[in-house]
Amino acid sequence: MSNSFLEIIDVTKRFGDILALDRVNLKIEKSEIFSLLGSSGCGKSTLLRIIAGFEKPDQGKILLEGNDITNLPPYIRPLNIMFQNYALFPHLNVTNNIKFGLKEESFSKQEINNRVNEILNLLELNGLEERKVNEISGGQQQRVALARCLVKKPKLLLLDEPLAALDKQLRIQTQFELVNLQNKLGITFIIVTHDQEESISLSDRMAIMQNGEILQVGNPVEIYEKPKNTYIANFIGTANIFHILNKDSQIIIEELNYEIKNINNNKNFNKCLIRPEKINIKKIENQSDNSNFGIVKEVAYLGSYTKYLIEVNGIQFYSFMQNSLVSDNLQIKWDDKVEFKFNDSSIFFFND
Amino acid sequence: MIKLNLNSMTHQYSFLMIRYLKKQNFWFVFTPYFWLVLFFFIPLALIFKISISVSEWGMPPYRDLFSLSEEGFKIDSTLSNYLFIFSDPFYIRSYLNSLSLAFTSTILCLIIGYPIAFYVAKSQANIRIILLVLLIIPFWTSFLLRVYAWKVLLQGSGIINSILIHLGFITEPISMLHNHYAVILGVVYTYLPFMILPLYGYLVKFDLNLIDAANDLGAKPVNTFLKVILPLSLPGIIAGSMLVFIPVVGEFVIPEMLGGSDKLYFGKIIWDEFFVNRDWPVASALAMSGIVILVFPIVIFQLMYAKYNFKNE
Repeated sequence: MSNSFLEIIDVTKRFGDILALDRVNLKIEKSEIFSLLGSSGCGKSTLLRIIAGFEKPDQGKILLEGNDITNLPPYIRPLNIMFQNYALFPHLNVTNNIKFGLKEESFSKQEINNRVNEILNLLELNGLEERKVNEISGGQQQRVALARCLVKKPKLLLLDEPLAALDKQLRIQTQFELVNLQNKLGITFIIVTHDQEESISLSDRMAIMQNGEILQVGNPVEIYEKPKNTYIANFIGTANIFHILNKDSQIIIEELNYEIKNINNNKNFNKCLIRPEKINIKKIENQSDNSNFGIVKEVAYLGSYTKYLIEVNGIQFYSFMQNSLVSDNLQIKWDDKVEFKFNDSSIFFFND
Repeated sequence: MIKLNLNSMTHQYSFLMIRYLKKQNFWFVFTPYFWLVLFFFIPLALIFKISISVSEWGMPPYRDLFSLSEEGFKIDSTLSNYLFIFSDPFYIRSYLNSLSLAFTSTILCLIIGYPIAFYVAKSQANIRIILLVLLIIPFWTSFLLRVYAWKVLLQGSGIINSILIHLGFITEPISMLHNHYAVILGVVYTYLPFMILPLYGYLVKFDLNLIDAANDLGAKPVNTFLKVILPLSLPGIIAGSMLVFIPVVGEFVIPEMLGGSDKLYFGKIIWDEFFVNRDWPVASALAMSGIVILVFPIVIFQLMYAKYNFKNE
């Protein structure tokens, strides 16, 4: 007996020769924002469509609150989906789009109107009631699509690339609104996205998918700090990945010829990750015998921080420095010689 | 009440026209109108002229409407042709027969054509092209030949009867030809592509996510069809129905070839009046009445429809 809200058990789906989902197992808890992250074609949308009921899995089961919903048609499932293109009904105005789902249930007119008004207020859609859905802005359309789902008071809301159609300014603002809304309503959200930043900032937990498989499930911090393999490390943020040499009880980062001390590598990991923001660099005025230095090959100023590409022994890695931490007279430029430093505890070891 | 927000053709064209007029591309716009006047309105006016002329023996078989002689200018006009056709229930009945044939076959074309159009529109692009070509291939053969082929198929010694006898369902050939069912069959067969193609045009633009969305919001397949798919394909339904209904009212070849004496159709009556009775004025009066009775409701409908869309846009 499990207590998970939504359980996806051994779900497999093929389209012809293509294996879209390969024995996917996932547990999603009540009231969390869970995101499925992966590049296009990884199977995340197929999984969402299977949860919604538009596709039937070839194998496996979907349990919602312990009930098997695998074979329920979409119109009976107590969940709703918001489409990437919103799929608003172009022949109906805003109110009738929102009412559409309620009219399919046996609610009184009074109840329908109350619910619609409630949701119009919640999503600040007042004044747009009679407008055609193609007469309102993209952001407003997104909120109508959301309202159309939420007015049904679903147990679970699926969102397919909910922010992809919005421009960047609006996207960030909407991200916060979405999280606030979820906190207020307590509805479980499953978000499909290819945007790793969006996924990190929105979700309580996330799953990284590739080639129809789930590679790793965890909260954003775990995924970012402790990726299971090189693919995940590179997919989420920028990653500096080095090889580890275990030699006579010495642990050495091969590329940098750097010995890691005070750390046990008793599992014989062969790779390590050091995130760019954990590598500090400092301009060297005079050549010393310090062995940890490199040449700056690229500088990209990004406002709050600067990206530096450092070359050591022919290999390159990134260092991100907060601009507030670099004083003006120590500005680092192209081809400068720099000393780099990182804390041994910020190295994450893994096998790949 | 189903609400529509799709562009009406009329509306789009008038918009285009205004733009072109502003650009002073007068001839570009008026060439089709010139064509319409030359080959449609002038012949129509001639038919109207004949319809109010007095019938007589001779060539042409009617008296000149205007004559100039020693006695002066004389107009020799009559409404008797119209009075005649409206006083004889024979003509009215044939017109009603044609309307009912047009109505029945439009409905049948819609019922058969809609699923086909939907299927073609929703099939994969490479298969879709093949299906569309298959729809158009019959047009490469003469319409007359295709209707004649039905005659061969349906006749007493035809394939259908032979197979049925061979399989033992019947012992004697059934008479399938020369009745109004054969006419309906021929008409539906001939006009089906005219229903499918405009329907396809609207359905191919239809976003399949809308079906999923309706399902997801709790609408069962029937409601999804009635509340989403149908209203959004209504312009296609109207266009296809017009393309079937209007020409079928005047259809005379199919009733001539497949029909019998059980029902007489308007188009065939006009033909007979022209070429058998050689009563051109009565035939013209029939044609004019038919057009007027059919055109006015359609024009009013189109205007209301355009106005409705305009309001909803």
